[in-house]
Amino acid sequence: MSFLSYLINGVSLGSVYAIIALGYTMVYGIAKMLNFAHGDVIMVGGYVVYIAMNTYGLGAIPSIIVSMIFCTVLGVVIEGVAYKPLRGASSSLAVLITAIGMSYFLQNAAQLIFGAETKAFSSVVSIPPLHLADGKLTITGEAIVTVAACIVIMAALMLFVNKTKPGRAMLAVSEDKDTARLMGVNVNATISLTFAIGAALAAIAGALLCSSYPSLTPTTGAMPGIKAFVAAVFGGIGSIPGAMLGGILLGIIENLVKAYISTQVADAIVFGVLIGVLLVKPTGIFGKKVHEKV
Amino acid sequence: MKLTKSTKNTFVTCGMVVAAYLIMELLMNGGVLTSSHIKSLLVPICVYSMLAVSLNLTVGILGELSLGHAGFVCVGAFSGAMFTRCLSGVMPGWLCFLLAFVVGAIVAGVFGLLIGIPVLRLRGDYLAIVTLAFGEIIKNIVNVIYVGRDSSGFTIVFNSNAGVSLDSDGEWLMNGAQGVTGITKYSSFTIGVVLLLITLVVVLNFINSRTGRAVMAIRDNRIAAEATGINVTKYKLMAFTVSAVLAGMAGVLYAHNYVILKAKTFDYNFSILILVFVVLGGIGSVRGSVIAATILYILPEMLRGFSEYRMLIYAIVLIICMLFNWSPSAIEWREKVRAKLFKKPKGKAEIDSDNA
Repeated sequence: MSFLSYLINGVSLGSVYAIIALGYTMVYGIAKMLNFAHGDVIMVGGYVVYIAMNTYGLGAIPSIIVSMIFCTVLGVVIEGVAYKPLRGASSSLAVLITAIGMSYFLQNAAQLIFGAETKAFSSVVSIPPLHLADGKLTITGEAIVTVAACIVIMAALMLFVNKTKPGRAMLAVSEDKDTARLMGVNVNATISLTFAIGAALAAIAGALLCSSYPSLTPTTGAMPGIKAFVAAVFGGIGSIPGAMLGGILLGIIENLVKAYISTQVADAIVFGVLIGVLLVKPTGIFGKKVHEKV
Repeated sequence: MKLTKSTKNTFVTCGMVVAAYLIMELLMNGGVLTSSHIKSLLVPICVYSMLAVSLNLTVGILGELSLGHAGFVCVGAFSGAMFTRCLSGVMPGWLCFLLAFVVGAIVAGVFGLLIGIPVLRLRGDYLAIVTLAFGEIIKNIVNVIYVGRDSSGFTIVFNSNAGVSLDSDGEWLMNGAQGVTGITKYSSFTIGVVLLLITLVVVLNFINSRTGRAVMAIRDNRIAAEATGINVTKYKLMAFTVSAVLAGMAGVLYAHNYVILKAKTFDYNFSILILVFVVLGGIGSVRGSVIAATILYILPEMLRGFSEYRMLIYAIVLIICMLFNWSPSAIEWREKVRAKLFKKPKGKAEIDSDNA
């Protein structure tokens, strides 16, 4: 029974990773950049929910909506101010370092505004835990909501990308920016839209992450951000089902290792599995292999 | 004797470091500069300059983004620190310290080779994430190693030393998350500068050698290089390993500058910090790496007057620098200003900026 409960916790943590990884993978697919500030947008989302609930007394759902709006605006502003001017720069490292600068900026701004001390986050989920098998197995409300949210988001994104016009524009831009422009796609607007969606997902992930692990500091987002990035690479970066699968697998591996081997080396084993997968399949599980033309 | 351009370049870069060293020594001995705070920055500046130069070999010359440089620093630092900790009683301190550099360099080099073989098969961002993963793995594993020594020999345990007892004369040399304690502070500014000069000479000569040209050919076009008969794997591994060796030496210098050495110092933020130095100094420019590491390491210290705002200002300066240096519109604007100021024809200004 304990194995099953570790597994369920793993799926729940993995669903959070998957939601973050979706934001990573979409931005990477379209702008070909590693958005290192993505993890810190999660943290900002967490703080906005915290302020909305504790200071203004809003309910859980309105708080998350406020947080999503705030993060969406933040995401678009970051993209416009810091990343857009560097589009077309001679080295792709330039925008990577700018993203790192943005990550420092968000962390330190949060520290100045909210203070460095840990905030006790009250859960956004009010569903009671589910007791199964005579109370031997307990599934928390947070786990149920997280997994459900992950499935809904993933399905909605797949529909959006494949069936709607802006979604197909995203696919076109990620495939070939110049050709997409010639076909009448507004490339800049499409990239901004991608950042907006990524940031809104980060806000949801922030609220769910802090509900399951209720401590909020200015560096809360950093490690989940890196893990989600690993998840995105794991599943094949640029692929939406890949990000989902990668995130959930990562969450399960991490929780099982923590339970049965050691909490201290859990991260090392997670990264070790990533290396193993990439050595066998160098572009991730769902990644497409691009052949170089001479 | 007629100097080639590359030799001249090496002399200028090394001369710059020596001049900076002499000025600092004069200021300190002349009593102008007495602040112990500034003195404490000197060795770290040497360490970070060495790291920036060595990372530049991977990022600028080999053209592969590595986010795991901290891993090699960690390996070098811990092996060097353990070496002096174990053997400082047996031989004179200076010899022990000297040998520690050899040990740190060899251990880091072996790790560089072992990690390089699988990693260099990957490309681009996948390579970046795997180097990051290796760096984190090294940090996490070093964090759970316990090494004890007593009259019956060494005891090495993983995860926890609870329940393992040593003889009464024994001690834990390496104590998991607490790291290595009681390290003798052998590092000094002079040794740091000497090591930095060694690093510079090694890297500059590497770049201007046959090997370096082969590595750059691979960077510019892997397929064309392969077609001309360059052994891609061999040269890539060579550059990667040299970079790791130099990082290991910098790690030994770093370890002996503090009394306590903890593995959690060497997280991915450490690697990213060095990458920031490399990119702001100019990818592929060795001199730029040294200058950028020095300025960017001092900058947050100079901003202490702004107390809690300093890291925020640092972040803003970093973003503005990147935008100013790299955005196509800023480059165009700079060309215009330069053409206006120096009244050069536009074509010439472009050629000059390419050479800079």
